[in-house]
Amino acid sequence: MEVRVQNIRKEFGRFPALDDVSLDIRSGELIALLGPSGSGKTTLLRLIAGLESPTDGTIFFGAEDASRKSVQQRNIGFVFQHYALFRHMTVLDNVSFGLKVRPSSRRPPAAEIRRRALDLLELVQLSGLEKRYPAQLSGGQRQRVALARAMAVEPNVLLLDEPFGALDAQVRKELRRWLREIHDRTGHTTVFVTHDQEEALELADRVVVMSKGAIEQVGTPDEIYDQPVSPFVYGFIGQSNCLNVTLSRGEIWLEDRPIGLRAANEPDGAATLYFRPHDIELIDGCGGCLAGLVTASRRVAGTRHLELDLGKAHPSVEIELPPERASSTDHTRVAFRPTKWKLFRKDGDVAAAPQLVEAPASELARTGT
Amino acid sequence: MAFRSSTRWRFRQPSVIPGFGLALGVTLTWLTLIVLIPLSGLIWRSSGLGWSNFMALVLDERTVNALTISFGTAFIAAVVNLFFGVVLAWVLVRYRFPGKRVIDAMVDLPFALPTAVAGIALTALYAPNGWIGSLLEPLGIKVAFTPAGIVVALVFVGLPFVVRTVQPIMEEIDKEVEEAAATLGANRYQTISRVLLPGLLPAGLTGFALAFARGVGEYGSVIFIAGNLPYVSEIAPLLIIIRLEEFNYPAATAIATVMLFLSFIMLLIINTIQSWSRRRYSNGA
Repeated sequence: MEVRVQNIRKEFGRFPALDDVSLDIRSGELIALLGPSGSGKTTLLRLIAGLESPTDGTIFFGAEDASRKSVQQRNIGFVFQHYALFRHMTVLDNVSFGLKVRPSSRRPPAAEIRRRALDLLELVQLSGLEKRYPAQLSGGQRQRVALARAMAVEPNVLLLDEPFGALDAQVRKELRRWLREIHDRTGHTTVFVTHDQEEALELADRVVVMSKGAIEQVGTPDEIYDQPVSPFVYGFIGQSNCLNVTLSRGEIWLEDRPIGLRAANEPDGAATLYFRPHDIELIDGCGGCLAGLVTASRRVAGTRHLELDLGKAHPSVEIELPPERASSTDHTRVAFRPTKWKLFRKDGDVAAAPQLVEAPASELARTGT
Repeated sequence: MAFRSSTRWRFRQPSVIPGFGLALGVTLTWLTLIVLIPLSGLIWRSSGLGWSNFMALVLDERTVNALTISFGTAFIAAVVNLFFGVVLAWVLVRYRFPGKRVIDAMVDLPFALPTAVAGIALTALYAPNGWIGSLLEPLGIKVAFTPAGIVVALVFVGLPFVVRTVQPIMEEIDKEVEEAAATLGANRYQTISRVLLPGLLPAGLTGFALAFARGVGEYGSVIFIAGNLPYVSEIAPLLIIIRLEEFNYPAATAIATVMLFLSFIMLLIINTIQSWSRRRYSNGA
């Protein structure tokens, strides 16, 4: 089912946790809410579930206004980070709970409930464990029971709050792939919250990046990674470098040197340059480039990471090179130029603060090729 | 588990915590001095009676009645305490209201108050001319000087046991479990009856067992309110005292032995249920 969040505002006391958030979730979509802690992602999820009520704004399930409906009436499936299984019930009873508590007019017969619960346990690959108690299962198994339990009520939308947060890395990876499979097979509209960008980018059809109670960007993993629309997204997703530069007559200058990048049609003034460590090219001889001394060099899997010192006034910059390329360069001094980059104009004279909602960063930004 | 895995039974299990021998020694010595020697003295005295003698004393009608009243009223009082104790713990854990700390402190009063004082106070209230008794009398309900009065007194002394065992477990209940039930469509009543209360079962049973045991052994508060009519409202501990005052030591020891035996059996059953349910729920999500 399609879910539309319209101009939602939520305050806890006088602290706004969400400020005028709107989001359209398409039917059958697997969507990730990604952000640092305190960004409001869990609050948004709980508002959709009805576990919190909005201070202002509306939530639609399909064409129906769900904002005034109680949790019970919304018919959603919710999976908690710490599973929240009923520990005095067997796995089977946990999964069938949602059907058993229905009023008798809507409750399927007992045999049907049992059959459906067993089917779901098969779907989550826990057949044969239906008589166990949650205490007798591993973390990964418990989370799968929680998912089966949430799916048993045939929810309008499946909501997962950091579903893999409490699991170790190995199980996490496995469950991630498995959740994608389940989603593709069942087609439930699914929203999950995570602070792990790798998880969000790998799993989701679309990613919603949130910060400080507002949505920064919504897009496919490719869009989010390749075309970040704000300094925050640039900084939060993946690795990035950020340099304070000045624009003069369509050229970008680092202090008193042009760095060989052009930004035509941009007014003169201060700006911030963002680029990713792997989006660079090395150049011999420097007539318009960035150059710095290598202060550290690390081998990370298939690439070599070099840390460069561009001068006292600037934060150190990290670049990634193929190892063979890195060893052939002069080790003390490296000259390079970003191949893909983006400029963000500073808001007023607050130099390093990333500009947020009010400043339409994308309008002012120019993207290099 | 360790016992099962080792092929040969060993007295001392290897453990990372040193001092097992010393700790067990101290424990056993202490338990022997405080509990085992007095109790075995009791059994030794009663075993001197001979089986037929013993049975005759135990099956005496007055004794049987006293034992029935003692165990029956203690059981009813424990059931009442289980119910209201859970409600009281719920209120103390779940709500914030002015005077909460005072009520919380008042729960412990029955622990501290001399039980005779409680008995006298309750008698004064429930006697036909007391505040509550005078209200009940027109309805034909008599509390003081009947088994109902015994139940009232035992409810009073047993209440803190249930509240204080259930309260910490209730505080630990994860809010998410309730939210999970709500998202699955359970209403408030279903959440409480199917999710929350069953989770409190082990703690509730512990509180029940403690309140029951306390009720069986209670003397001070009961004798004032019970009226102590033989065959009707005479409790077993009182009968023991009466026999002692008659210098009828064999009868006193016989009643005591039966009480000991019955209490032990009932506590054993309750503890077994409890450890069974605890094993199931322990370290669960």
